[in-house]
Amino acid sequence: MNNAACVIVGAGPAGLSAAYELLKAGAPVTLIERSHVLGGQLSKQTHKFFGSETQFASLRGLTIMETLIERLKPYQDRLTLHEQTQVVGLYSDKVLTCVKDDIYFKIQATTLIVATGASEKALPFEQNDLPGVYAAGAVQTLMNQYGVKPGRRVLMVGSGNIGLIVAYQLRQAGVEVAAIVEASDRISGYLVHASKCRRLGIPILTQHSIKAALGESHVNGAVVWQLDEHWQGLPGSEVTYDVDTICLAVGLAPLSDLLLQVGVKSRFVNELGGVVPWVDAHGQTSLEGVYACGDVTGIEEASSAMVEGALVALRCLEYLGIPVADGDARRKEFQTQLHHLRHGPHAAKLRTGYAKRGDFSV
Amino acid sequence: MRIHEHPVLTFPQRQSLNFTFQGNPLQGLEGDTVASALHANGITALSQSIHLKRPRGFYCAIGHCASCNMTVNGVVNTRTCVTPLKEGMIVEFQTDKGQVTYE
Repeated sequence: MNNAACVIVGAGPAGLSAAYELLKAGAPVTLIERSHVLGGQLSKQTHKFFGSETQFASLRGLTIMETLIERLKPYQDRLTLHEQTQVVGLYSDKVLTCVKDDIYFKIQATTLIVATGASEKALPFEQNDLPGVYAAGAVQTLMNQYGVKPGRRVLMVGSGNIGLIVAYQLRQAGVEVAAIVEASDRISGYLVHASKCRRLGIPILTQHSIKAALGESHVNGAVVWQLDEHWQGLPGSEVTYDVDTICLAVGLAPLSDLLLQVGVKSRFVNELGGVVPWVDAHGQTSLEGVYACGDVTGIEEASSAMVEGALVALRCLEYLGIPVADGDARRKEFQTQLHHLRHGPHAAKLRTGYAKRGDFSV
Repeated sequence: MRIHEHPVLTFPQRQSLNFTFQGNPLQGLEGDTVASALHANGITALSQSIHLKRPRGFYCAIGHCASCNMTVNGVVNTRTCVTPLKEGMIVEFQTDKGQVTYE
């Protein structure tokens, strides 16, 4: 068994940000990542971020990822990185069991930061299991990370920011987008993203959803229908689209499985995407020395995940007895940043969700 | 199916890698995952559902949903969406849960 002072599970925006704060303060860090690339969802985001410069606004996700990884370089001697490593178990004495290259090993952590992020949800409809029906973020990965087109023509289901951004990026990659359908009566993402799609002539149909995918071994069409005020499909309103790909951008679910293995206090919060752990104002879960940050605590933007990561790292350092210069001032600064990020009308649902979940300084 | 021109990204020339799918020789590129290389070759059905034997493609691309599980170099249930492609890989369609042999 290996002993580790700080273990971070997940090298996305939250995990990388926490790693930086910990390393900078002199703590040794063990960073575990399932993928062969670091950066999580940032690794495929070609769009520019909004917000303030503190969270890298106006930079592309990809560039932010490079910055977050580059920042760790001076501290390589204190960083143990396990890539392509799956954490399969967590025990209440903070023992993690992992698999890497078919080798099973254990780590005894003193402090643990869970920054596992989220996974994309699916939607029930006829033949939704056909090849050609993909999560929108997955298609973004296929295009922007591996340079492969998902198909010739796409139907996008969902007009949240992911649906709108990926529809635009499909066009950038030279793929046609037949339409974006949205079940509610309004576009749910930012107007700026919707406008970019509209300018390209991509129709956005509100109160419409997918009824069925067509095809036998691969999608060769999609049936779309109109929804009434009770979200029920209207018979007779069906329109068939000639598409070979259907992208589902219907929300994300926090990957809280690992934390649930140790039975931390948690609850289902619809506004936050699923089952989320309770955390205090510093990101500590109900289990001492175990912290959570980023999308696993509620689906939000990468900007707030980075701030949460830094905030949690401060608490982790305190637990380890490692002094941090200007610790209190910096904590206050991070909390103020989170407050600003969750301020506007777009974050109203999020604020409701956080009020239900518990703390983390909203 | 490869992207050649893009307003934001550049895809530099990458070394090609040979692998086989169902015994047929195919080529992918350095930096591909097994799933992305297959997709670039127009192969989208990666496995079959266990009971109804319906075709399955990738879904999440983050190694979570198990929809892209295949047999790679004899190892069953390999998550092909997060497995980097390597020269000479033997990739096979999976039609069941897969058998694990204990040594």
